[in-house]
Amino acid sequence: MKSGAPAISQASEIAPTALRTAPGGPADATGQSEVALRLRASSEYVAIPAFALTIAAVLFSIFLIAIGKSPFDFVDNIWRGGFGTPFSFQNTLQRSAPLILTALAVAIPARIGLIMIGGEGALVLGGFAAAAVAVPMVGFVPPWLTLPIMAIAGVAVGALWVGLAGFLRYARGVNETISSLLLTYIGIAIMNFFVEGALRDLTNPNKPSTKPIGDAYMVGKIPGTDVHWGFFAGVALAIILQLVMTRTTFGFAARVTGGNLRAALAQGLPVGRLIVSCAMIAGACAGLAGFFEVAAIQGRANASLAAGYGFTGILISFLARHSPLAIVPIAILFGGLVAAGGLIQRRMGLPDATVLVLQGLIFVVLLTSETLYGRFAIFKTVKVRDRT
Amino acid sequence: MNSSLGIVLIAMLGGAIRVSTPFMFVAVGECLTEKSGRVNLGLEGTLVLGAMVGYAASYHSGSPWFGVFAAGIAGSWLGAMHGYICKLPRVNDVAVGIAMMLFGTGVAFFFGKPYIQPTAPRLGSIPLGAWSSNADLASALNVNPLFFVGILTAIALGWALRNTRWGLIVRTVGDSAAAARAMGISVDLVRFLTTTVGGFLAGVGGAFLSLSYPGSWNQGLSSGQGLMAVALVIFARWNPVRCVLAALLFGGAGAIGPSLQSVGITQGYYFFNAAPYILTLGIMIATSSAKRSARDMPGELAMAK
Repeated sequence: MKSGAPAISQASEIAPTALRTAPGGPADATGQSEVALRLRASSEYVAIPAFALTIAAVLFSIFLIAIGKSPFDFVDNIWRGGFGTPFSFQNTLQRSAPLILTALAVAIPARIGLIMIGGEGALVLGGFAAAAVAVPMVGFVPPWLTLPIMAIAGVAVGALWVGLAGFLRYARGVNETISSLLLTYIGIAIMNFFVEGALRDLTNPNKPSTKPIGDAYMVGKIPGTDVHWGFFAGVALAIILQLVMTRTTFGFAARVTGGNLRAALAQGLPVGRLIVSCAMIAGACAGLAGFFEVAAIQGRANASLAAGYGFTGILISFLARHSPLAIVPIAILFGGLVAAGGLIQRRMGLPDATVLVLQGLIFVVLLTSETLYGRFAIFKTVKVRDRT
Repeated sequence: MNSSLGIVLIAMLGGAIRVSTPFMFVAVGECLTEKSGRVNLGLEGTLVLGAMVGYAASYHSGSPWFGVFAAGIAGSWLGAMHGYICKLPRVNDVAVGIAMMLFGTGVAFFFGKPYIQPTAPRLGSIPLGAWSSNADLASALNVNPLFFVGILTAIALGWALRNTRWGLIVRTVGDSAAAARAMGISVDLVRFLTTTVGGFLAGVGGAFLSLSYPGSWNQGLSSGQGLMAVALVIFARWNPVRCVLAALLFGGAGAIGPSLQSVGITQGYYFFNAAPYILTLGIMIATSSAKRSARDMPGELAMAK
């Protein structure tokens, strides 16, 4: 199976604890060194990505200097546009909401050994479904009833869409990476088909869109902030999914399947159901992101839904090593990057693709850094016997 | 009715020839890469970067053929990067491919911004339809030379894979790395080279997009052609010549929407635009199986495992 990373990380976390009791002796048995050892073992998963980020930053700085821009200006603008003021930080949190959700859409299938990159399509279709069910209800059904129905529509359509890629993987062995991406293009085409045709708002000549759902039907802000509830939903889902994946039978079975498919089959685990469930959870997360984009930001469904959140989510999930909890801070970091994009464009005269270049660079360097795991003695808690 | 059906069919023929050319180059390049046991999903990014570099080089030099060459060099550069990174232990080539796709697209959009407005010299076409008095047919048969270059490349590659020492080495590496190592072949070097050459071909395919059809550079130029081409290689069962036929089929599917539009049927335009994706997915469903790996698949391919 591909994407062995999660499985390997699990194995190497467990291995030292099991081995330690044998040769370690009394010094290792004390509680303090136990914690220290655990910290040392897990610090590898922080240190290497941090190192990769540093390398990417250096490379990007060289790139900026080569085109005659100052890297310090760049950092300054990101700070100001993304984190420096309460306004910009709240904007960042708002932008990170869909990123958390689309990253979860990559992380959950990755745990079961699938690389699903269909989050963008599920987001677009989920958002479109939410808008499509809302339009006939606006004015007749009160908002407190409409919004949950919209959310359910978005989640259900997203779950079906990515669930389809999971089902095809299990039932027909169709490569899920390619099929989920094809489904993204098909999803965007379906939305365009309706938005330019049957469901088009004819009063809006500028951009083909559905009818607006109206201010009364929009999702509000978290009290005391300027951040919509999507951020709360993302963080809550990240915590719940972290618990589900690490503390429940379902999560354990999924990780066993991702680690070793044959062992899972031999154990009689319902592999097909697990794969489809994980894919559906992923799609549900992305569909929810689409619902919030429509109900909290755009107010209608149109081509702006395909803003690339799904693709940035892939990067975030890999950076978080597919751990739902780690996704949250990294998504906020990237939310800041996205939020500062406009400022970078205006102040530094750089094209909007600059953020894309930086993201691609981080992604490439990060994946390259996978090769460094297990190479540094400093992270090793027990002496590994010579393997030859 | 009859004549409009004729127009649609002729437009589809011309469309199939035009739309299939980039598919063909990417698929033949990916075919070579996969024959050596590696997957490069980043060819979508390579295609976009090739389109941008080809357009820019043609604009600055005034020679579209130099643009094609430059696009190939840019593509091989990305391919070499992918090939180098993937040879490191514990690195996942599918994930790196996704990263390279984002990276290539980002670089192309970044440097391509100034070239959206200006017009670069395009590649000329060979008027194969000059004998016909039918204007539609004549324009449909205005075939770009790159179309034939692609077919010749595919035939040459298919022959070389079967009949030359080099072809045997590539196939050995792709079917069993252990056997290749036992023969004293450097597996990493072979895969590095095939990925680089695959990137070169994908870059040339990109140059076709910007220099012939649709024939301009913008950010929406490629929408998944690079990825569909990867799926197409599976469908073509890792045979370069079958890749050409599959590319023609895909080109035909991609030409349905524009052809119908040419006779005034605009309803469902977006639906027909999705036809190539739906066709790809349908073919993948039809040709895959949960129980056995695909026929003729190179044994070392990560997708199969």
